[in-house]
Amino acid sequence: MTIGSTPPRYRISVDRDQCMLCERCITECPYGVFRRNGERIAVNSRQCTACHRCIAMCPRDAIDLEEQPVDYRSHPVWTRGTREAIYNQARTGRIILAGMGNAGDYPVIFDRLVLDACQVTNPSIDPLREPMELRTYLGKKPSRLEIRNVGGDDVELVTELTPNLQLETPMMIAHMSYGAISLNAQLSLARAAAAIGTFMGTGEGGLHQAIYPYQDRMIVQVASGRFGVDINYLERGAAIEIKIGQGAKPGLGGHLPGEKVCEDVSCTRMIPLGTDALSPSPHHDIYSIEDLKQLVRSLKEATEWKKPVFVKIAAVHNTAAIAAGIARSSADAVVVDGFRGGTGAAPRVFRDHVGIPIEAAIASADAKLRQQGIRNQVSLIASGGIRESADVAKAIALGADAVYIGTAALVAMGCRVCGTCYRGLCPWGIATQREDLTARLDPDVESEHVANLIHAWTLELSELMGAAGINSIESLRGNRDRLRGYLLDEGILKVLDVKPVGA
Amino acid sequence: MTMGGTMGGTMGGTIRIDAAEMDYTTLNRKIRSAAASGVSEVILDHVLGQRFIADGLRGTVRLIINGVPGGDLGMFMSGPTCIVHGNADHAPGNTMDGGMIVIHGSAGDAVAHSMRGGKVLVRDDIGYRGGIHMKEYQEKSPVLMVGGNARAYLGEYMAGGLIIVFGIGGGAAVTERGIGSGIHGGEIYIRGPVEDRLLGVGAKKKPFGAAERKRIAPFVQEFASHFDMDGKALLDGDYTRIGPASARPFASKYTWE
Repeated sequence: MTIGSTPPRYRISVDRDQCMLCERCITECPYGVFRRNGERIAVNSRQCTACHRCIAMCPRDAIDLEEQPVDYRSHPVWTRGTREAIYNQARTGRIILAGMGNAGDYPVIFDRLVLDACQVTNPSIDPLREPMELRTYLGKKPSRLEIRNVGGDDVELVTELTPNLQLETPMMIAHMSYGAISLNAQLSLARAAAAIGTFMGTGEGGLHQAIYPYQDRMIVQVASGRFGVDINYLERGAAIEIKIGQGAKPGLGGHLPGEKVCEDVSCTRMIPLGTDALSPSPHHDIYSIEDLKQLVRSLKEATEWKKPVFVKIAAVHNTAAIAAGIARSSADAVVVDGFRGGTGAAPRVFRDHVGIPIEAAIASADAKLRQQGIRNQVSLIASGGIRESADVAKAIALGADAVYIGTAALVAMGCRVCGTCYRGLCPWGIATQREDLTARLDPDVESEHVANLIHAWTLELSELMGAAGINSIESLRGNRDRLRGYLLDEGILKVLDVKPVGA
Repeated sequence: MTMGGTMGGTMGGTIRIDAAEMDYTTLNRKIRSAAASGVSEVILDHVLGQRFIADGLRGTVRLIINGVPGGDLGMFMSGPTCIVHGNADHAPGNTMDGGMIVIHGSAGDAVAHSMRGGKVLVRDDIGYRGGIHMKEYQEKSPVLMVGGNARAYLGEYMAGGLIIVFGIGGGAAVTERGIGSGIHGGEIYIRGPVEDRLLGVGAKKKPFGAAERKRIAPFVQEFASHFDMDGKALLDGDYTRIGPASARPFASKYTWE
């Protein structure tokens, strides 16, 4: 077996009748697929990642891409993926890293859930006529309010409220660090979050100065590497999120290779230039649920109890019980990241095999918190694999207060989900630090695209709610009666607490 | 709260706080307001298990802590000095950015966890995971010095800075495994010999000569002066120097899809 003996994944062809030899494809492709060869453009398809940059930029639509142009002898068990993983590991003896979220052939539960609408017996609500209340508050809600009469008809609130985040729509932008993505990408997301009136996460990459103007829209992350974390960083954020785990690689830490640690990235992470940024798998000051409480409270104490503290976990087998433990740690919100959550790089075996879907995790966490009478103690945020507004509606009906969107926001900026983030050569200027590539991403334009996306989803969510006769997001939250399962088995319907279609 | 010495508000003065029966939030609030008033020293009496003392505190104030502080002493601290007359619970100096913690006693697990700058000096022993994931950045380079012994996983995942373990009081300074597992920056100096089998994956013994002795000399002197020890005697003798085998310990573990 020799290198290159596996067939090419993609075949690029250039229509010579259409091509005008402008060489735009050569300039645009950082992977080196194209070169000029006399009076034609020659291609090396093996370099192609299917990022579509050339196709998007070709003024003549002369470029064509075919996936898996060479067939293996088909076999239902020995798929192309399994065979090629073996070739790779036989050659290298190493763990295979892969980009983006779970690529396993698992059914998407969201796609087996349908939403309700009003017919005859109750009227639907027209969002054009009636106000739809989508404003969402994340954080602790008091279980009772104590008020005091202060003379006349005036009353005063005696109960001390804990800080909440106010979102104008129940969608936030997920944690994607500077380092994993470019500064222009982060800036675009931050501007979009500010324009919409929502929040975004910093990831474990610190906070670049260019983001300071949007700091009251940033949720600053504290992960196991503690990169970029100091008291200034904690005080700048609107909220603090402790990252325990990530849906794409539950149980693992992170690893930003030294070649991505450029001068600016080194500054925000506060590590030397060109060194690997290794985040250990556990937080080494958290070895128990009691220790988590200590970290939550240390962050609150450091910021004088002015900031909500979120705790993010990967969706795993006992998410519900873990969420109940977190709810007792004085955390203000639990973020549950499902196994479809994206990443720049994760071991393939983790990405595709560890963790559970967000739908089941969020429903069971919500149910457990309600059973224990502590649902008001924490907000629940669903993350990982939210692709459209219907997913948002369904996640909320299953018990989430809000969702994080990550990949969808990147797609809004041009990402083609090619999954080659780890190469650091993203032709869309997103998952790269190379200046000529990051310059392709214009924050003025892309912030608008991201804001447009969230705005559009918010409109759709309003319509879905109106059609169901609901005018407030609170009435949709955990409202499983608005969901029916279509071809879901009895076991999963029980976990989701959803009836089957027709029932 | 009782105030002794110079009253609060006077630049350079001292404020005394009686921490008996006081919860940590109230205590920290008093420490913050004392520091903000401009005094140079705050004395805390009857400290008994209060966590997060000086958490996120800035400036140059000096805290004298009489008693046993709880976990995460000086977490995220940036500048002040804490002198503890007693033992400390786990993770003093956690994610500390600058300043100094001097403990006249022993400390628990994860001492100086993820510390980026400043110094933590422990007169006696520390628990597991001392100096784990310490890192350095520009002018910041954290230092952890331990007079007695350290338990397993010392300097694991270390990315920068300096750890010195003196092993005063007999026996080997470190007798447990996992020293510097995954270390990719910084150095660990352990007085006396260290068995090879105690080194973690990615850690490597390096030569200790005159240049290295000179490098650690000022730190050793500083340690000795804090605890009334003979610095010269401490500096003499053999040290085992441990550092990263590679700046990229995991580079050969992965391949791409």
